[in-house]
Amino acid sequence: MSAPPLLELADLRKRYNVGRPNEAEVLRGLSLSLAAGEFAALIGPSGSGKSTLLNIIGLLEPLTTGSYRLQGDEVAGLDDAALTLRRRRTLGFVFQFHHLLPAFSALENVTLPALMRDGTVSAAERDRALAMLRAVGLEAAAAKRPGELSGGMQQRVAIARALVGAPPLVLADEPTGNLDTAASDEVFRLMRRMHRELGTAFLIVTHDPRLAARCDRVIELVDGRIARDERQVAAATDNPAP
Amino acid sequence: MLSWLGFEHRVALRFLREGRMQSLLIIVGVAAGVAVVAYISALVSGLQANTLEKTLGAQPHVTLSPPDEVVAAAAAPASGAQLLQVQPRAQRPRSVANWQALLPLLDAAPGVAAVSPMVAGAGLAQRGEATKSIALVGVEIERYARIVNLNSKLVAGTLRLGPGEGILGRDLAGDLGVRVGDRVNLVTGTGAGAVSDAVRITALVDLGVRELNRRTVLVPLRAAQSLVGLPGGATNIDLALDDVWQAPGLAKSLAQRWPYKVESWQDTNAPLVSALNAQSISTGLIRAVVMVVVVLGIASVLVVSVVQKRREIGILRAMGTTRGQVLRIFLLQGAVVGALGSALGVGLAVGLIWAFTHFVKGSDGLPLFIITLHPKMALQIAAIATVCGVIAAVAPARRAAALDPAQAIRL
Repeated sequence: MSAPPLLELADLRKRYNVGRPNEAEVLRGLSLSLAAGEFAALIGPSGSGKSTLLNIIGLLEPLTTGSYRLQGDEVAGLDDAALTLRRRRTLGFVFQFHHLLPAFSALENVTLPALMRDGTVSAAERDRALAMLRAVGLEAAAAKRPGELSGGMQQRVAIARALVGAPPLVLADEPTGNLDTAASDEVFRLMRRMHRELGTAFLIVTHDPRLAARCDRVIELVDGRIARDERQVAAATDNPAP
Repeated sequence: MLSWLGFEHRVALRFLREGRMQSLLIIVGVAAGVAVVAYISALVSGLQANTLEKTLGAQPHVTLSPPDEVVAAAAAPASGAQLLQVQPRAQRPRSVANWQALLPLLDAAPGVAAVSPMVAGAGLAQRGEATKSIALVGVEIERYARIVNLNSKLVAGTLRLGPGEGILGRDLAGDLGVRVGDRVNLVTGTGAGAVSDAVRITALVDLGVRELNRRTVLVPLRAAQSLVGLPGGATNIDLALDDVWQAPGLAKSLAQRWPYKVESWQDTNAPLVSALNAQSISTGLIRAVVMVVVVLGIASVLVVSVVQKRREIGILRAMGTTRGQVLRIFLLQGAVVGALGSALGVGLAVGLIWAFTHFVKGSDGLPLFIITLHPKMALQIAAIATVCGVIAAVAPARRAAALDPAQAIRL
């Protein structure tokens, strides 16, 4: 028997302002599955429901009807506490505007998940965070505050933080949307490398068709429905020859 | 220790440090409030202690005396109307019945620090051509000294009351032109019933109240019994207590137990007690209002902080921070602000008290009265301010915990 998909959405609907005159259905009977270790792009025009879908997959927002199975477990009816713990164990987030905590150094931002979980940061956790910063090329900047780092560097710290707990899935919302071309390319290549080295699945929301073209799978949303879901061969620049 | 709060306290402290100026201002605000509360509390408690000491320094806490004599109304006729007018009876000096037997019982009563029998009467003191009306007080000096702490009131001479000896109030000695070692003639009664006795002055005392200093003459109990015409008697028994505020309770229980007239110092100083109560209530009101202002100040700063930290709260929630952890982060901020403000405020209050005792002085160059901030009071005020900080943080903390993470980070 094959392993269940990492996540599986079935006939997912999301309505806002239910029962009011301004009721709006944003996601309309959407079904989607994502396997462990996939590297997928979620694209679509503004208002197509990408952010809402990412919020629901990220357990930040409840769905209205349908089913959402994460690692084989139905999570649609879980309460806030259970969703929070699930989020902590299963998901990593990378946001468009980096969203590091400005009062904490780069290293402290990366050790935050351990601190949050255990109330303290062990030497092993600290070493792991340093190794992750080394992996994203920022070990030397470990003591610096986010305000002292460039946008690209902040985003690399955010990626290190998202990956430090070895979650099976990282959700990235326009991770390069706030960066120049060079920094965008650097961040994207980093995500690809981490995906390759750690086997973490990535679901990346992007408006940039060039970045989408460099993903293994492209899911396009239009008007709350999946208009396209294609697997493709990623660009050679991101997948060095063996 | 407190590893379960390690995350919360670290984030709380960083949040406070991040908004440095905001945090500093509110801590100073709390400190000012705590300083006002601590200073006023110390000032009023010092003022009240000083007032009480001055008032009770020359009088007993409880006085036991014979019941007043009353005139019994004539029996009403069996029928018909009766118009009755009762003339109050003049109170002659009378002795407390069986006072010698009462002394050991009162000595053994819980909370009683000293018991002293007394014969009190009016008379005249004569020296040469000078004649002054006096309050004649016959006492056993060892017992009486413990009632009014006479040792601390000695101005000149030695506290001694042997046969034929007397102690005078300082101002009376001045009026009569006498000093320690001089003799004064004491006279009671009038006409053929007049009784006189000469005493040698062994000491002069300052009882703290000018009127008492101008009238008081202390003589041995036996001499007063002769002068007042109460051989073997005592017009009242004075009691000093360990805790002056227990006086009404003890007076009531003694009055229920024995058929004597028992009065506490509160009965004889009702206006003073009312003034002290009004002072305490006013102080309590000021403290409450200041604490409410402190709570509102902390709450308003934390509400602003929640808005400012909306995005950080969102990211923490997305990363798996529970609502409870977010709640505790803000409660801790309130507690930290309250505690730091308290520490600073207590320090400020100590400085204010030091300034008061060093710079505010009476005409004699001495401080008006001593005020001190007792450690227990300081700790109490600091604890209340810290709890107020936590209370102030409840609403902002609940608001932060209830934030929708998706909206907060605009994922």
